[in-house]
Amino acid sequence: MSKEPVAVVGIGQSKHAAARRDVSLAGLVREAARRAVDDAELSWADIDAVVIGKAPDFFEGVMMPELYLADALGAVGKPVLRVHTAGSVGGSTALVAANLVAARLHGTVLTVAFEKQSESNAMWGLSLPIPFQQPLLAGAGGFFAPHVRAYMRRSGAPDTVGALVAHKDRRNALKNPYAHLHEHDITLEKVMAAPMLWDPVRYSETCPSSDGACAMVLTDRAGAARAPRPPAWLLGGAMRSEPTLFAGKDFVSPRAGRDCAADVYRQAGITDPRRDIDAVEMYVPFSWYEPMWLENLGFAEEGEGWKLTEAGVTALDGDLPVNMSGGVLSTNPIGASGMLRFAEAALQVRGQAGEHQVPRARKVLGHAYGGGSQFFAMWLVGAEPPER
Amino acid sequence: MTRQIAVVAFAQSDHRRTTDELSEVEMLMPVLHEVLARTGLRTADIGFTCSGSSDYLAGRAFSFTMTLDGVGAWPPISESHVEMDGAFALYEAWSKLLTGDADTALVYAYGKSSPGSLRDVLTRQLDPYYLAPLWPDSVALAALQAQALIDAGDTDESALAAIGARSRAAATANPHAQLRGPVPQGDHLVRPLRTGDCPPIGDGAAAVILAAGDRARQLCARPAWIRGLDHRIEPHSLGARDLTDSPSARLAAERAGAFERPVETAELHAPFSSQEVVLRKALRLGGEVVVNPSGGALAANPVMAAGLIRIGEAAARIHRGACDRALAHATSGPCLQQNLVAVLEGDAR
Repeated sequence: MSKEPVAVVGIGQSKHAAARRDVSLAGLVREAARRAVDDAELSWADIDAVVIGKAPDFFEGVMMPELYLADALGAVGKPVLRVHTAGSVGGSTALVAANLVAARLHGTVLTVAFEKQSESNAMWGLSLPIPFQQPLLAGAGGFFAPHVRAYMRRSGAPDTVGALVAHKDRRNALKNPYAHLHEHDITLEKVMAAPMLWDPVRYSETCPSSDGACAMVLTDRAGAARAPRPPAWLLGGAMRSEPTLFAGKDFVSPRAGRDCAADVYRQAGITDPRRDIDAVEMYVPFSWYEPMWLENLGFAEEGEGWKLTEAGVTALDGDLPVNMSGGVLSTNPIGASGMLRFAEAALQVRGQAGEHQVPRARKVLGHAYGGGSQFFAMWLVGAEPPER
Repeated sequence: MTRQIAVVAFAQSDHRRTTDELSEVEMLMPVLHEVLARTGLRTADIGFTCSGSSDYLAGRAFSFTMTLDGVGAWPPISESHVEMDGAFALYEAWSKLLTGDADTALVYAYGKSSPGSLRDVLTRQLDPYYLAPLWPDSVALAALQAQALIDAGDTDESALAAIGARSRAAATANPHAQLRGPVPQGDHLVRPLRTGDCPPIGDGAAAVILAAGDRARQLCARPAWIRGLDHRIEPHSLGARDLTDSPSARLAAERAGAFERPVETAELHAPFSSQEVVLRKALRLGGEVVVNPSGGALAANPVMAAGLIRIGEAAARIHRGACDRALAHATSGPCLQQNLVAVLEGDAR
């Protein structure tokens, strides 16, 4: 039995900000969900099931908040699943929802991801207390900075590459009305003059802490035929996990990431990602992860990713645009960050990305990762339905 | 034609009031080894892995990452996690197998309630603006439901006591149960519920292996085929619900095909005696149905695993030929807010 093709027919996101004090948790998720349902020109009654994801419950101080959010998401009387796979969760959540359609369990599924980080302090929320961890780290940057340093040493990349990524992503965000950071006066000099936070990651090269939500409506072939706007078709999707720490782990280019990408490319019939894929929306919470993931995802040979960034290939007008939305560097409600990547990929192939639209984007990769570079979720979406 | 998926193996820990000497990983590892040994599979043979657990029980963020180390996710595995009871992890794994992307799945769940005050912890599950600030605990909310049932004439205190006694008597045959044999009905904990109407608080873990079609037959002499699986949620606000009924459980059962033919056995995740009354009514279980032969959640209720254990117990009865058609149920949220129903069958003998 072949799988049911899955189409994205509705996309919505909230306005992202450091603190959305104007809305409750329910108000935040409903803002994104409402926009996704409206975009699909459906009503709540047309939704068969809801799959919601977010990162640790401690960020808002609500245990299993999907129980309380059932009403706000129009989910009463329906199935609700709640996914949590660390930072990759927004991507994983979309994939779990897509599976419900692919398995023909449901025709139309609403998937939502959110984080309202202003309810607590995410940096310390990510710094696990004794006895779980040595008191050496402050936030995720403390964990990832040594791996960035390892990449720089391994690849011989010049010190300036990280700043180029941050400058590009923050400028892309100026074209995205939903982005959290809109730094209208940003210059490369300002990026490079920012204080060092976790050497070699400057304050200007790290993601913000945001309140935000993202939602998508996924549907089957029949649902796609009724859609008011062009759908984005799921051509391949996969998750891969590996342990946090072990002897021989490659933190710079984790095998789980490579395996996950290979699985997606196999499903989608991609043989040369650099040639076959038009744009990439990847999870780059610290600037240097752009060249690192370019290599991990097979867009560049090992040690060569930074050259694409330096040559402007990944700019919005380059031949492999990366993080057209402004990326995680401009908007980071952690639980939603992965889904925002997946949603941007879908927006691009639907031709609905507004000022940050890449012309003729036919196949776009959405990528998310989490934990200690150990959880990966990716999907490749296209303007045309899968051939099978 | 839809793929047929079966539960082919089940294992669980001994559920205990405290496991101070064990981390979550140490509690789970023997269960994972046991469930894999039952099928002869190794981690690397498994097509998809999915787990259920809660950071709020563990008291730390990303707690599930530790137990993933116990699974041995190397080379990297296709894996996911729900912040829900393991029964919902099983649902996710089942949907994955239905797509044909995998032929086998490992599902596990665990929870250690002992480090904290569970009644207080569960209040953090409630509406954070209007309900959680009042700290109404899980026993108090269940007592509201029990009183509503008594007021409606659906039960009385002695009938509730009989449910607790029957459950713990059944648990004498279950070496994993926490409460076995006669347990005093005790004083009112929150009127009208007495200690005997309430589940023991404890720590535990469980794991299940699913397999599709012929693979299931290779791995298990008598697979427990999942004929139907569905789950539904109700409004969160107790004031918006009729606490004496469970329309979500009934709808899930209907969608899972539970009413097409009678079941012989039902494993119900009813942590409070009064909730068995609600579920029997919603699921239309008559006196001829054997309910909770394992002792149910009144004998052992490791939060996050107790629902998966119901599916595992029902499947194990089919595996050993003690039953041909069983219903398994899992719940989440205050007063049975969210309910899952599985219908399991063995091949004709």
